[in-house]
Amino acid sequence: MVDMPRTDPGAGISRPAGWEGIVADWSSDQRAFKNVSWGKAMMWIFLLSDTFIFSCFLLSYMTVRMSTVEPWPNPSEVFALNIGGRHIPLILIAIMTFILISSSGTMAMAVNFGYRRDRFRSASLMLATALLGATFVGMQAFEWSKLIAEGVRPWGNPWGAAQFGSSFFMITGFHGTHVTIGVIFLLIMSRKVFRGDFDRERRGFFTSRKGNYEIVEIMGLYWHFVDLVWVFIFALFYLW
Amino acid sequence: MSQVATHIETQQHHPIKLYLVVWGWLFILSTCSYLVDFFGLVGYLRWGLILLFMVLKAGLIVAVFMHMAWERLALLYAIIVPPTLVLVFVGIMVFESNYTLFSRLAFFVVGR
Repeated sequence: MVDMPRTDPGAGISRPAGWEGIVADWSSDQRAFKNVSWGKAMMWIFLLSDTFIFSCFLLSYMTVRMSTVEPWPNPSEVFALNIGGRHIPLILIAIMTFILISSSGTMAMAVNFGYRRDRFRSASLMLATALLGATFVGMQAFEWSKLIAEGVRPWGNPWGAAQFGSSFFMITGFHGTHVTIGVIFLLIMSRKVFRGDFDRERRGFFTSRKGNYEIVEIMGLYWHFVDLVWVFIFALFYLW
Repeated sequence: MSQVATHIETQQHHPIKLYLVVWGWLFILSTCSYLVDFFGLVGYLRWGLILLFMVLKAGLIVAVFMHMAWERLALLYAIIVPPTLVLVFVGIMVFESNYTLFSRLAFFVVGR
């Protein structure tokens, strides 16, 4: 921190709170985000832009679903599975939801243990998060293969409106890509934490800058966002 | 020294129990939204419940897991307000889809 004065998060002066605080923080030629480092602020702004991307996907899905004259395939039936001779609707998606929520829980605790400088627990929880994320992607791959085998294509499917396939592959594909990228970064971060990079201020291989445990929280922001997007996809695409 | 002090001050120190409680609530809410489908509720009740559970889950994740509840309002409003403008876009596209559906029904499926 000492040799990076530009990332000083706001010099510890007491600031007004509430609406006055918003005006005071944003007015005049100064930093708007007082006690947030540039890394965290930039991750939030990236997530904001990603929000708009997923919003556009969900909006186009809404538009094609509302304007089609063909019946929309019933997701409850499409994503049902036969387990032990019983036909359970939407069960695969429910399990995927619980897995992703659990990975968010382990990630939140990894951040907490990171700030406590308990690097073994922090790294193991991040590893657990990565494993849960990989499980999620695996189940998504299973779901895709099942649907492709049943004849779902971006241009048509056996049950109704052709737009079902294109919306499905676009939305879940983009989300799955985000999860995959998250898993890769979790593995990298987990290794860095386990090795004690942030205790010994080892310089990063890419940026050549010293890191600290806030990087775990920034990683966490990305991971929770992936979970957050799934909350919306689950509600609007699978349950609607 | 003041820099070091501020740095420690901005870190998030919360008991692990808080995360476990939120985790539990997310499980409960997800189960509830799954049950909406399982019991085959329809119409406004279904859509209302789905949206309610969705918003509650999203709120818990953003507020606690992403620590937004402890950030300054300047950041909170900068991130939360812009996505709400998407609702305007939703409104526009609802009109657009209704118009497209009307055109399709009026001009393309008459003969069927």
